[in-house]
Amino acid sequence: MNLAFRKEDEKFRAALRSWLRKHLPKRRDEIDGGEDLNFQGAEHIAAAKRWQRKLFEAGYVAMGWPEEFGGKGADPVRQTILAEEMVAHRAPLLIGQLGLFMLGPTLIRCGTDAQRKRFLPRILTADEIWCQGYSEPGSGSDLASLRTHAVLDGDDFVVNGQKIWTTTAHFADWMFCLVRTDPEAPRHKGISYILIDMRSPGVEVRPLVQMNGQSGFNEVFFTDVRVPKGNLVGELNGGWAVANTTLSHERNMLANPMRTQQLMSDLIRLAARRNANGGKVTRDPRLRQKLADLQIRVDMMKYHSWKQLSDEVHGRPTGPGQSINKLVTTELNHEICATALELLGDYGPLAGSSPHAEDQGFWPRDWMFTLGMIIGGGTSQIQKNIIAERVLGLPRGS
Amino acid sequence: MDFGLNEDQRLLAESARSFLEAEAPTELVRSLGDDPTGQCSVLNRKILEQGWPGLLIPEAHGGLGLGMLEAALVCTEFGRALAPSPFLSSSILATSLLCSIASVSQKRHWLPRLASGEMLATVAWLEESDDLAPAGTALRARRARERFRLSGAKLFVLDAHVADVYLVAARTAAGLGPDGVSLFAIPRDTPGLSLTPLEGFDRTRRLFEIRFDDVVVERDQRIGREGTAWKHLQRMLDVAAVAIAAECQGGAERALELAVDYTKIREQFGRPVGSFQAVKHMAAECFAEIEPSRSLLWFAAHAQNAHNRGASRAASMAKARLAEVYSRTANTAVQMHGGIGFTWEHDIHFWFKRAKANEALFGTPAFHRERVAALSGW
Repeated sequence: MNLAFRKEDEKFRAALRSWLRKHLPKRRDEIDGGEDLNFQGAEHIAAAKRWQRKLFEAGYVAMGWPEEFGGKGADPVRQTILAEEMVAHRAPLLIGQLGLFMLGPTLIRCGTDAQRKRFLPRILTADEIWCQGYSEPGSGSDLASLRTHAVLDGDDFVVNGQKIWTTTAHFADWMFCLVRTDPEAPRHKGISYILIDMRSPGVEVRPLVQMNGQSGFNEVFFTDVRVPKGNLVGELNGGWAVANTTLSHERNMLANPMRTQQLMSDLIRLAARRNANGGKVTRDPRLRQKLADLQIRVDMMKYHSWKQLSDEVHGRPTGPGQSINKLVTTELNHEICATALELLGDYGPLAGSSPHAEDQGFWPRDWMFTLGMIIGGGTSQIQKNIIAERVLGLPRGS
Repeated sequence: MDFGLNEDQRLLAESARSFLEAEAPTELVRSLGDDPTGQCSVLNRKILEQGWPGLLIPEAHGGLGLGMLEAALVCTEFGRALAPSPFLSSSILATSLLCSIASVSQKRHWLPRLASGEMLATVAWLEESDDLAPAGTALRARRARERFRLSGAKLFVLDAHVADVYLVAARTAAGLGPDGVSLFAIPRDTPGLSLTPLEGFDRTRRLFEIRFDDVVVERDQRIGREGTAWKHLQRMLDVAAVAIAAECQGGAERALELAVDYTKIREQFGRPVGSFQAVKHMAAECFAEIEPSRSLLWFAAHAQNAHNRGASRAASMAKARLAEVYSRTANTAVQMHGGIGFTWEHDIHFWFKRAKANEALFGTPAFHRERVAALSGW
């Protein structure tokens, strides 16, 4: 057990901190789309892209990518420090994160040289924003049943069908997309992973309004959309394996322990200034129990992330991390928000626009958003199936 | 940065597991449940050969000089096997209390004897009030010239039937606050002292009531300085919290393994019951609690030796969390067994009972959560 970082890592952290203090815009809302990447309007989007480019030029974007592709080849420790400081400074999530965390690593692993050269640089600079085309109206948890299909016609695929829950599609330039290319093959063996230009004729995007009133995600319709053959990633009909390399990134993205720690410290701050049952919330025995229970689980997930990071860095078997992290963290985040609403009482349901709202209406908004995260990226129930079948070895159901 | 075990620690954990699997199989645990002492002298001798009684004792006093993380790894395996042994009461709790409070010459006297297994000790702290707050320690040790006289009772004393000496917390001054609590080493065969077993549902661990009927104690039986024992008892409470949390980790892992194995072979409706999602999700929920709790345990154990200011808070976090995780897991494990899990004949109830008993031992989850809140400055 050694819980200290190396000196050079601490130096990196110090430099990052002072950079962030100097360059983070005073008004975060200019570049912040919130957790649902709900960027609206050309100005908002342009400002968010400028922010990512600035971070990239400072060397703080895609640090884990190999240097030949524009990254820093940083080890997981550096990447963790970066993520920690971004959360600690309340830096907004990057507008290009689906490209940075999902498509980029996929292309590095499975793409062609031409694809890497064409797409990676513009992911880094936010010149091109990506969205993910996986879920369909009839294919949620059972993703492999997807029906959007692509038929080869000369040098192009011709794509028809519909995707749903597509975050950032309303301003994305490109989509990485799963399509059925062999309807006769067993379900997992007839799917391909292709890259679709969102400006192609036949692509139509319709925003979906979430229960919290925001619209970060969309429906996307494809009618005879032509996609060049060269935009196939990996083998024809080999898209399931390609997609699986990015699903793990998605689960990690949704289960950021630093984010949970911040949410918890915000809850404690809220509790310290609110009253319940004739006294301070923090003096109420039942609420103290509740807060302590949450704090224990938040700290537990922090230590557990240290263990997972150490196992990875020191080459030990990493264990069944992602499904557990996704399951535990998303439910914990929602419970923290639900506790905040309990403390807020009648103030809880107030909209952010109300002068009486606490924290500009953050809590009710995030209470709803965090419920969505229990569903998105593989529901809690799907994660439990994965744990039961792949880790505990329980037999698959019929 | 390396959050994990080193090679020696990994080996210790592995060898403890294989040792207890071989020497303390569940058949032995079951048969000792009917034994009046609940102890197996052969097993205890073999544990001594492992050197574990000296695990926390400095090498200069004949021990292994290891820390709380190593102790937690061994406790995890004791909890997994449910091996009956005075390891927790004597080698962890009484030993850490002596290491903390005893004078140099007292350490020189006691520690080598504990390390060599020549004697066993146990701590007598709680009373009828079952209160870990200072007021719960009310037994008076009244000064009578060069001696002290004790009259009253201690409850929930672990393994008092096999311990040779009791470390008794008693008040040498008036009041019920943290000041004025002293510690005395009182041999089991002292006149006026009597033992009553506290019969309970967990037959793998024995607790006792000790009655003091005008027991006379010499001044040199006082351990450490007069009136200063409270802070050392608090320190021992941290050790107890970590050690019991470790037992809970091992017990929860084992209970879930037993349940999962059973649902793979038990068939209903023409297929293994473990293929039903209702059953799978029960197992997965337990596993998703047990996995990260190990990291909380290791951190808390490490913090005890890292002179971390948050050591008490981490210990209470671990005890509060793991005791509840173990209880939930053991409950679920019985449920996953169906009817057979409710029988005396099946083994799963041993873990189910230990889980509940551990929840109460040295502070309930609610007690430790309140301690976390207080230590967080709320």
